Amino acid sequence: MPKVNIAKKSTDTDMTPFVDIAFLILSFFIMATKFKPAEAVPIQTPNSVSSQKLPENDAVMISIDKDDKVYFSIMAQKDPQLARDIIKAAAQARNIPVTDAQTAGYFPGDMIGVPFNKLGAFLALPADQKKTYVQEGIPVKDSANNELYYWIAATRSVFAGKPLKYLIKGDNVSKYPAFKAIIDALKKNDEQKYNLVTMPEGAPTGTELWVERNSSKK
Amino acid sequence: MASLDSGDGGGGHKKGPGVKKAKKLSTRVDMTPMVDLGFLLITFFIFTSTMSSPTTMDLNMPKDTDKKEEETKVKMSGALTIMVGRDNNIFYYEGELTNENASQAFKSSTIKDIRDVIIKKKKEVESRYVPDAACEAKAKADGKDPNDCRQKDFFVLIKPTDEANYKDVIDLLDEMTINKVARYALLEPFDTEKELINATQGTAPAAAPAAPAAK
Repeated sequence: MPKVNIAKKSTDTDMTPFVDIAFLILSFFIMATKFKPAEAVPIQTPNSVSSQKLPENDAVMISIDKDDKVYFSIMAQKDPQLARDIIKAAAQARNIPVTDAQTAGYFPGDMIGVPFNKLGAFLALPADQKKTYVQEGIPVKDSANNELYYWIAATRSVFAGKPLKYLIKGDNVSKYPAFKAIIDALKKNDEQKYNLVTMPEGAPTGTELWVERNSSKK
Repeated sequence: MASLDSGDGGGGHKKGPGVKKAKKLSTRVDMTPMVDLGFLLITFFIFTSTMSSPTTMDLNMPKDTDKKEEETKVKMSGALTIMVGRDNNIFYYEGELTNENASQAFKSSTIKDIRDVIIKKKKEVESRYVPDAACEAKAKADGKDPNDCRQKDFFVLIKPTDEANYKDVIDLLDEMTINKVARYALLEPFDTEKELINATQGTAPAAAPAAPAAK
């Protein structure tokens, strides 16, 4: 009988390229990941075709959560003292002063959603308690006593002369009156230009914007 | 298994009688745990990463004014009013709403279909355009597209009711950008419009039985 020699092939595949790629992907994700800042209140923003980037400095953000509660936060990563000045000025305007020790607990980007009479106590809370504290939102519904107005007025005086942007971040399911109350507070301060925070999405196929964007690429 | 192969690890020494044989240690390292860990990290980063960062959209509101002459005039023939009601209901009418034409002119729509309505109305207004040299000259001087003059009579009025979702309002504003509507405004609905909206969608909370029937 002729012997058929079957060549013995090794089952040990070289996995080096595979591992290389795996680590390449890993390093990509490590580099590309920007962790979400811890949000006290989760807000799902709507989508828009706009492509402007969100500023991180020289801006104040007014947020509306899903229960129509309004929060105010100061985006001044470069200069935390600026944010603390705003808080002090706003509280001062309402004759409910807060102390330096209390404002020291505020860091730019934190959301404030308490009426002025509870502001001092809220700011004094330790960081871990602040996260769990349920804020009731800044009172805005009553147009005669729209506390947001004082926040914006204080921001304007502290930012006097410097560029300042007003960001409005609303939740998908929040109702329109909360948004309108914010606009009213801003309008009362003679501010007519706002930026609405959204998540990006592509222009729908076939629309005029889509045609324009595609033709400019060529 | 995954392993690092670094040649045969021996070196080229000739074995001679007097040479003591060094104990050969394998240089093959088992890399399985490292690869495991690598993939674990990949999975972690894939799940936690947020790829798209938020963007912002401009919104400019007009100054509140009591003076009649400062108010923006809108030609009724080129106006399209879009109202946002409860449960993502959209209503619209073209031109002016009077008691006589309310039943035909007042129509309901959805956020998906409203784009066609906007485009249709825009085309209609543009087709009625009579070349306006003054407007085109002004647009050129301001560095804008003179073609925008074609839709100078087109005006979209967005009127969200108190029950409107924020998302729908933003979607409508976005629709203005998508369809390149140059002139639009965010306003309060009139009482007559509110009544019509309430009559159409009902004042009671969302009618639950209606939805399953449609399926």
